[in-house]
Amino acid sequence: MSDHHKETFITKYIFSMDHKMIAKQFLITGMLMAVLGMLMSAVFRVQLANPGESSILYHLLPGTWVNEMGALNPDKYLALVTMHGTILVFWVLTAGLSGTFANFLIPLQIGARDMASGFLNMLSYWFFFIATVVLISSIYVQGGPASGGWTIYPPLSALPQAIPGSGTGMTLWLVSITLFVVGSLLGGLNYIVTILNLRTKGMSMKRLPLTVWALLVTAILGVLSFPVLLSCGLLLIFDRSFGTSFYLSDIIVGGEMLHNMGGSPVLFEHLFWFLGHPEVYIILLPALGIISEVISVNARKPIFGYKAMVVSILVIGFLSFIVWGHHMFMTGMNPFLGSVFTFTTLLIAIPSAVKVFNYLATLWRANIRFTPAMLFAIAGVSAFITGGLTGLILGDSALDINVHDTYFVVGHFHIVMGLSAIYGMLAGVYHWFPKMYGKMMNKNLGYLHFWTTFICAYGVFFPMHFLGLAGLPRRYYTNTAFPMFDGLSDINDIITFFALAGAVAQTIFLFNFFYSIFKGTKASKNPWKSNSLEWTTPIERIHGNWPGELPTVHRWAYDYSKPGAEEDYILQTEPLKEREIEH
Amino acid sequence: MNLIKKKSLKQLLWIGIGAIVMFFAGLTSAYIVRKAEGNWLEFILPDWFLYSTVTIVFSSILLIVARSYINQEKSIVRLVLTTLILGILFSYFQFRGWQELIIQGVFLTGIGSNVAGSFLYVITLSHLVHLLGGLIALLVTLINAIRGKYTSNNYLGFELASNYWHFLGLLWVYLFFFLKFF
Repeated sequence: MSDHHKETFITKYIFSMDHKMIAKQFLITGMLMAVLGMLMSAVFRVQLANPGESSILYHLLPGTWVNEMGALNPDKYLALVTMHGTILVFWVLTAGLSGTFANFLIPLQIGARDMASGFLNMLSYWFFFIATVVLISSIYVQGGPASGGWTIYPPLSALPQAIPGSGTGMTLWLVSITLFVVGSLLGGLNYIVTILNLRTKGMSMKRLPLTVWALLVTAILGVLSFPVLLSCGLLLIFDRSFGTSFYLSDIIVGGEMLHNMGGSPVLFEHLFWFLGHPEVYIILLPALGIISEVISVNARKPIFGYKAMVVSILVIGFLSFIVWGHHMFMTGMNPFLGSVFTFTTLLIAIPSAVKVFNYLATLWRANIRFTPAMLFAIAGVSAFITGGLTGLILGDSALDINVHDTYFVVGHFHIVMGLSAIYGMLAGVYHWFPKMYGKMMNKNLGYLHFWTTFICAYGVFFPMHFLGLAGLPRRYYTNTAFPMFDGLSDINDIITFFALAGAVAQTIFLFNFFYSIFKGTKASKNPWKSNSLEWTTPIERIHGNWPGELPTVHRWAYDYSKPGAEEDYILQTEPLKEREIEH
Repeated sequence: MNLIKKKSLKQLLWIGIGAIVMFFAGLTSAYIVRKAEGNWLEFILPDWFLYSTVTIVFSSILLIVARSYINQEKSIVRLVLTTLILGILFSYFQFRGWQELIIQGVFLTGIGSNVAGSFLYVITLSHLVHLLGGLIALLVTLINAIRGKYTSNNYLGFELASNYWHFLGLLWVYLFFFLKFF
């Protein structure tokens, strides 16, 4: 029996407890934030290419952000960089990615009517929504939004008088991120409990699609690491507002000595990066899960090394908790401790390489269908490799010190976690759009979007490695003050060109997305000929997912091109034939 | 309520507890790291915190007794009420402990404060905030117990509240020994 019930406009679209609707709410909010974050990057890229000049783009900004000459104020450049990082890391790639796909895929792929607690799930979105409102409103307060970088290191974040953004803007940032963490904890609790308890008959853990495995480990990472960010933020709030000295020591402001004694900003870094590194995998794992599914479906082959994939997800999850020190090689860390962190960091290369190898082996001699989703999935693997290679350099303390805080680091993490996660997310949107909206997205626009995005993204991030090797520091308003960097201005121009072109390319996607919701061709029930359970639900959305009984599962999700079968796919609900061996 | 739903809610609480553990692990490990760097004020932990420890342990024992009362279909109203009162007493002792600290000259903030004192206040305060949730849960349990809602095969609400309360007790015992001896 389904749980479908009569819905009013408000219970259907606003305070919905249906996981599919909540997923769409996360997706749309995430997309809006992605547009905002991308516009911010466009603005500061224009500043970097034409330092101190005015630009038509600056008309988008609040008036006080631009000086009389029409140039961007330096402190607002920092504000833009900070907000870009915050929005992309937390709003787009955490909430937008795992919020969307965990909500959408978990109940559908394990065969559940809904999440364990629909109410908590709704609450999770609305906490996220309020966090979004607070974050956006912080842009318009006096002094502007937080400007000390998305990592909010003290003392810039701990002293309200430090820089313009350290005042109200920073306070709102902390309020917003606290709400955000509460929201994602509620979500994460729900995802874990749902996967552990609500799997339909026959859906053993060994038959779970890899997307669900990845989302499970992601949720566990979130539940274990976000609380540490809260305790880190709590101490920061005490330092900011109540005058304690957890992170502050011997500080002179305006010729006056502050009373703070004995605090340690390095303590903040330890706490922050204890969240910060698992956060990287909170971002990456869902994308890798989506990529596994999309590659297997479109290669028409079972995913290679299913068990190895599961084990490597678990190992990556575990290792992510013991590598945080590699963000802190420059803090005067004991060299022996540094070598321990180097060792654990390089260990992550093993499970990562296993995953990449398995993707390639799945593609090997496959009958590949190059749908837009498939292209994005392959590009995600490609970016994971490219970025992973520079990760080996940065993970080694001896090498990292030379390029620390340069554009090399910016290039590295934008490719390895920015691009692969965004590609994974786009692959997911293209792949599950028919399930979400019952319509197909336009394929040719998808190809156009893919190739422009792919070329522009490499055009932006690849040259950054050269800038970094030449020693150009990140987060600088301009580098015209240093003659040694004069020769690099052409590279900056090229990066800005590709950044703007890449931003324009995303309008193709936005158009395709919204146009297809209303005017796209109708989707069939299982347009990709896929095995997993979500494609057995009716095209029309109902609360409760399956109209009759819940489906029973008889096999894993990867029986593609199985010898002896009539078609090249077998739904998970299909019973095993006589003498048929399960994978 | 079906079995799976019950199991999910219990798990939900356990995983939530795991998250709270990480929160306090963050605070106490920050304490250890910071202490190792020196400039650390040594002071005597007020006896009030010992009294509060005894109180909360005793209150947990009462809830274990209440659990067996449910099995025997006896009323648990008095036991839950006593637990609630002990919980409030615990909070009172915490406040007295802070008073004592202030008399000793150990402050949360301001000139003359040391980060050792700040840590003590922040950790105990965070625990008390979590305990507030426990008190609310006990209050709800008490109301349901008065209404006679719990039977030997239906006592999920009681179980959730008491699991959380035991956790708060255990957490405090850990924090007490941590603050006392570390």
